[in-house]
Amino acid sequence: MAKAFQKPKALFDVPTHYCPGCTHGVIHRLVAETIDELGVRGRTVGIAPVGCAVLAYNYIDCDFQEAAHGRAPAMATGVKRVRPDLMVFTYQGDGDLASIGMGEIIHAANRGEKFTTIFVNNAVYGMTGGQMAPTTMPDQRTTTCPAGRQTNDVGMPIRVAELLSALVTPAYITRQTVIKPKFIKRTKKAIKQAFTYQMEKRCFSLVEVVSTCPTNWGMTPIQSIKWAEEALLPYYPLGDLKTPETDEK
Amino acid sequence: MAKVLMKGNEAIAEAAIRAGCLNYFAYPITPQSEVAEYLCWRMPEVNGVFLQGESEVAVAYMIFGAAAAGARVFTTSSSPGISLMSEGISYLAGAQCPAVFVNIMRGGPGLGGILPSQADYLQATKGIGHGDCRMLVMAPATVQEAAEMVMKAFPLAEKYRNPVMILGDGLIGQMMEPVEFPDDLKSEPTNKDEWATNGMDHRKSKTRNLVRSLFLDPVVLNNNNLVLKEKYEKMKDEILFESYNTEKDYRILIVSYGTMSRVCRTAVDMLADEGIHVGLIRPQTLFPFPEEAICKAVTSSGCKLVLSIEMSMGQMLEDVQRSVLGACPVEWYGKCGGEVPTPEEIIDLIKARMASL
Ligand SMILES: Cc1ncc(C[n+]2csc(CCOP(=O)(O)OP(=O)(O)O)c2C)c(N)n1
Ligand code: SF4
Repeated sequence: MAKAFQKPKALFDVPTHYCPGCTHGVIHRLVAETIDELGVRGRTVGIAPVGCAVLAYNYIDCDFQEAAHGRAPAMATGVKRVRPDLMVFTYQGDGDLASIGMGEIIHAANRGEKFTTIFVNNAVYGMTGGQMAPTTMPDQRTTTCPAGRQTNDVGMPIRVAELLSALVTPAYITRQTVIKPKFIKRTKKAIKQAFTYQMEKRCFSLVEVVSTCPTNWGMTPIQSIKWAEEALLPYYPLGDLKTPETDEK
Repeated sequence: MAKVLMKGNEAIAEAAIRAGCLNYFAYPITPQSEVAEYLCWRMPEVNGVFLQGESEVAVAYMIFGAAAAGARVFTTSSSPGISLMSEGISYLAGAQCPAVFVNIMRGGPGLGGILPSQADYLQATKGIGHGDCRMLVMAPATVQEAAEMVMKAFPLAEKYRNPVMILGDGLIGQMMEPVEFPDDLKSEPTNKDEWATNGMDHRKSKTRNLVRSLFLDPVVLNNNNLVLKEKYEKMKDEILFESYNTEKDYRILIVSYGTMSRVCRTAVDMLADEGIHVGLIRPQTLFPFPEEAICKAVTSSGCKLVLSIEMSMGQMLEDVQRSVLGACPVEWYGKCGGEVPTPEEIIDLIKARMASL
């Protein structure tokens, strides 16, 4: 009998270092499945961020480069420009992409670099212990805003997908989440679409994934899912913000 | 090949192509923007890559990404731009990736000025990035030498799997001189399959490569640093220097590099015409530094004083002092605002110091 469910070839069979209830693992799997299904493992280069996912290369089995904090899009640009035949993806958190690396992602997207970015938005800095991120919600408590994010002091959270889709250059920009099985399926479809656009040398592609960080939110995994649904999703609505087709019209 | 008259910056650009480097990423800054202005049309001619990045920070990582993918790649910038690239250079060194950085120095600190200077000596030789990070530094004194050093830099970067820097001053970039690109310096990129992330299908082994500088285990990190240290020691094999007028005995020895050394050379010639002999040592590699050569020049002569003459505020002085091993005093002379000290100034200085020896 054929196996109905098995580990993707592009995923190592190793114990995870991610916290219980963390969604990084689910997203890694979706990337690995996509690499398998498109049959591109042998020509894929991943760029790991600085953040909890710096060790993404311990799970995803393809060539990997490890970037400095925020600079993955510049590295991906370097790889793609010298080797356009390679499939390149960056995997970045919200501190990495939307704070220190905002310049690099905007310019890479605006140049229409033909790589894919998986942008994991968990509304907090995970790796360094739960400090405020550019995506932290109003009144959300973090270790550097213990009284909650004060928007009159530090502004409103940045909606990265909306911001990038305002650029005129054609691109595929979508926001998804992995907090429920039905959403996971859609995220998988979006990641595959993003890789496909890259394969066709069409455009830059970015999949924002609304995620959880139970550890730094101070919640159980179940509470995290509930909070993500009730607090994050209304502010970070799901769906495609931009496709190369809409631009072509 | 016949000699052609070229601006230093253009010769540097063309030399990279002649060496087989077809990938260039950069951000404009005076006094070296001509490199980008030349390569933006020249790279497409040879099917190469030219990209103007959004900042020197981004450019350093475009270089890192391209180098890590196994490509031969370089950038050019000037002082403030190199400061911004410093983090990336450290990552390249930590991950053991080869690339060439050209710094056409201008005065500092801060925005400083746009005229020639040698004020990034310490940054280049001792503090190019955080961590135990070093790079081979070569300093040309002519346009011809700049072209040759650029051509040599790529195989050296690949040999050591480490960034290499060409440290020139604004004059080297801006002046025009005849230049010839030696065919024998053309080199093929080395086989990078053992470490480069160029896609595993591409390699015989079919196993994946990782380019990284994170080693959370202290023992593993220490070992990585020992590997780097061994490479930095081994770079002593590449030490280059030129001795001038050191055949006859001298009581004063000048140590000077780059454009400044050319002025010193003129002063040495003019003094020789008056029957005053002054020796000159011109380091061509600044890291590693030609310590032994300087030591020998002092101990095997009647040398009573060494002068470190620089377009910086004595940044090379300590390297010269340490080379001399206390055999005689070492003094600094220089300017760092964009003016180049004249031969006459140096002659006056030497005559004055001679009288008091
Ligand atoms: C230049 C630099 N500044 C700061 C840091 C420290 N740092 C490491 S991870 C991180 C934040 C990561 O947060 P995020 O991108 O949201 O990823 P997560 O850990 O939540 O997945 C910071 C600030 C660093 N490594 N490098
Ligand atoms: S700290 Fe947060 S983001 Fe990091 S592994 Fe734990 S739950 Fe995931």
